[in-house]
Amino acid sequence: MIFSYDLLINAVVSGILIGGFYAAVSSGITLSFGILDIVNIAHPAFIILGSYVAYSVNATLGLDPILTAIVMMPAFYVLGAGIYQVYYVSFEKRGQESLRGLAFFFGLLFITEVTLVLYFGVDYRYVDAPYIGPTLHFGMLDVPLRILVPFLVSLLLIAALELILTRTFIGRAIMAVAQDQLALRLMAIDPIRIKRIAFGISIATASLAGAFLIIIQPVEPSVGREYIGRVFAICVLGGMGSLPGTLIAAMLIGIVESLTSTFYGPSWAPAVSFGFLLLTLAFRPAGLLGR
Amino acid sequence: MSELLQIDNLGKRFGGFVALENITLSVRAGERLGLIGPNGSGKSTLVNCICGTLRHEQGSVRFDGRTLDGLIAHQRTHLGLARSFQLPRPFVSLSLIDNIRIPLLYTVAARGTHRAAREVEDRCSDLLREVGLQAKAHHLPRDLTQVEMRKLELARAMAAEPKLLIADESMAGLTHSEIQDILTLLVRLNERGVTIILIEHIMRAVMSFSQRLVVLVSGRKIADGQPDEVVRNPEVEKAYLG
Amino acid sequence: MRTPLFVLIWLVIGGVLFAVSVALGNDYVFFAGYVVLQYVVLGTAWNILGGYCGYVNFGSAAFFALGAYSTVAIYKFYPLPIPLLLPISAVVSGVVGFGMGYLTLRLRGAFFAIATLALAVVLETLVVNWDYVGGSRGAYIIRPEEIEPIGNYIRYLFLIMLLLAIGAITVARLIERSRLGYGFATIRDDELAAEASGVPTLRLKLIATTISGALMGMAGAPFPYYIGYLQPSSTFGLDYAVNSIAMPLIGGTTSWVGPLIGALLLGSMQQIATVTISSAVNLLIVGCVLVAFVIVAPNGIIGLFHTYLQRKPDDFVGRRRLDADLPGSVP
Repeated sequence: MIFSYDLLINAVVSGILIGGFYAAVSSGITLSFGILDIVNIAHPAFIILGSYVAYSVNATLGLDPILTAIVMMPAFYVLGAGIYQVYYVSFEKRGQESLRGLAFFFGLLFITEVTLVLYFGVDYRYVDAPYIGPTLHFGMLDVPLRILVPFLVSLLLIAALELILTRTFIGRAIMAVAQDQLALRLMAIDPIRIKRIAFGISIATASLAGAFLIIIQPVEPSVGREYIGRVFAICVLGGMGSLPGTLIAAMLIGIVESLTSTFYGPSWAPAVSFGFLLLTLAFRPAGLLGR
Repeated sequence: MSELLQIDNLGKRFGGFVALENITLSVRAGERLGLIGPNGSGKSTLVNCICGTLRHEQGSVRFDGRTLDGLIAHQRTHLGLARSFQLPRPFVSLSLIDNIRIPLLYTVAARGTHRAAREVEDRCSDLLREVGLQAKAHHLPRDLTQVEMRKLELARAMAAEPKLLIADESMAGLTHSEIQDILTLLVRLNERGVTIILIEHIMRAVMSFSQRLVVLVSGRKIADGQPDEVVRNPEVEKAYLG
Repeated sequence: MRTPLFVLIWLVIGGVLFAVSVALGNDYVFFAGYVVLQYVVLGTAWNILGGYCGYVNFGSAAFFALGAYSTVAIYKFYPLPIPLLLPISAVVSGVVGFGMGYLTLRLRGAFFAIATLALAVVLETLVVNWDYVGGSRGAYIIRPEEIEPIGNYIRYLFLIMLLLAIGAITVARLIERSRLGYGFATIRDDELAAEASGVPTLRLKLIATTISGALMGMAGAPFPYYIGYLQPSSTFGLDYAVNSIAMPLIGGTTSWVGPLIGALLLGSMQQIATVTISSAVNLLIVGCVLVAFVIVAPNGIIGLFHTYLQRKPDDFVGRRRLDADLPGSVP
């Protein structure tokens, strides 16, 4: 292990920046699992889908991936709403979410991933954009723009989601549906519709997160798998339904992963987030900023 | 007659909410105790703390001379405690007779009594017959009415051959004659030596059944004594009539 | 039906299967058959914890891989015959199963499932960084050409997996018909009520994870000899997880018959697809069939069978009468 302040500073900053991106990736899970209690283990697959959409548009039309993703968010929203409808009718209504609902999403994960493999192949894909390539230098510190830009937009996304949840009627209804469905019904609001909207938003975030991913690193279909544990770890560590908690937890995991990778080697990095998850579940299931 | 159940200064909180405060209660072996109180007064919480479904923070529970603190629910059941749930919790994928079989397989067997399969089968049928569910022995719980499910709850608790049985609102929704049937059943159990704590809202049943009456209001015990004296207690009247 | 008779019947069926395969003259039957039988074991093992107890394990691959890597670790020291490797893998994976259970079984439903996934990845990372078994570079095992008196080594492997499969379904059936089976069902239905009825739920859950893990480990023990080159990423892959969950769900989770049917059907479909189309399509098939079944036929093929016969999709355990006298003490 070679230790130097140079490496340390860069590892920590890199961790924070990646952490911001992780937060964007996990925000969808914070909505679907943290607030709605739906174990959407297929979420990473939708993120990869977002990556490939950004790639396709970028490769054919040369459009900026983040712009593409924002334009595609409504489509992802519709996809999410549709999936929730199927989930609700098939599982939630029957009370079978625990095993069969889980299996449903597991199946979706594989269907999505393999469809992408069949359509795009297993080669790594990447996008082209003016901010991919240049690196900013601040003394010892190297900040690649391709990580800084997603970081900044991620923060915007998290802020926007938090505003929606706390300031808008729909957002507060979503928070309410997690706590008391009966009360909502008595206010003549259909909790199923609210959950459908929330899940739609959750999948819409995947569009943007996917664009961030393919900006940061080249993508191939199975890349999503390493994110499954990460997103749930971040969600649980962040206190389940809390977006600020998710952000902090994401940065924490980003930093620890980065340090581990820099000083112990990248082969140990996957164990970090999953190990964190286990420790959190074992000792503090309420997370850092528990509900 | 000695104290079978001894509860001292029991306290239980849920976050900031105090569900039970300073509950001290004792039940003698063979006694018929009635436990009443308005909704939300903590009766079921008390039962959960006694039976180990919930962990209490303060005080202690002693049963048959041993302390129950720290013991898991199934261990307490093995020692001779049994309860029915206020909202019935049957095993939905098992038939009625198999529901009854479970305590026999796990609680009674754990006490070292060896029973042949035939004997177990008969015992299950007998229990179902006692609560009038023999006809539906091989049906699943989803085929039962609410009332029948309560009877199943009671039968399942009885199957554990307890020293102390806590019946948590088993009579809700029953007709007058059905209530009488359950009371007769419980009295018969009591005559065989089973101590019974009856938690009920139906005053006629509680009054006729109980040798002693305890009243719980807002997590505190406000009365404990002879049924006719307790009901004339002004605090009890206030709690019920507002 | 008494267990010895059950085993005998299946041994006969297995013998016939083996003879027919030999007669077909094409060794590919043994290669493909090995995989299908392996899934019978994995699916049956998963179902003991997942179907009977209701605890979803996403980490099947880890137990399978531990069995495989136990073989590799021993092979590098001194190559033991497979019949000796089986119990060793069973112990290794069983102990890990027990440990996993101890750490995670207090978690409710979804958290337990996620924790099993996390554990699998942690185990994978440990193995990847263990150079003795090859780490990320992988490990080679030379498969012997022949073995007396069966001849071709692949036939020997097929036979072993056949016996393991019969063993697995026998164990599952024994559990179903025993007191343990009833206890598992109560854990699945209502753990709180189970505890109140005197069922030692934690102990039973630990038994389930241990048996489940041990069986999966045994399925993995011969694998290095089958595949020749062991790679952590594929051995620990999610593909094993999805298959071991899909097959019982498709076949039916309430009985030993379910995983058997699911593995035979789905496993064969995948083998045919691999040969005719491509291996990537495998997982697409599993995903689609799984999703279709959980939506349309939640009780699996067994459930469809019962509905077709106009009966309620009963729990087999619920209908079983105990064959023998009850033991006087808890296992």
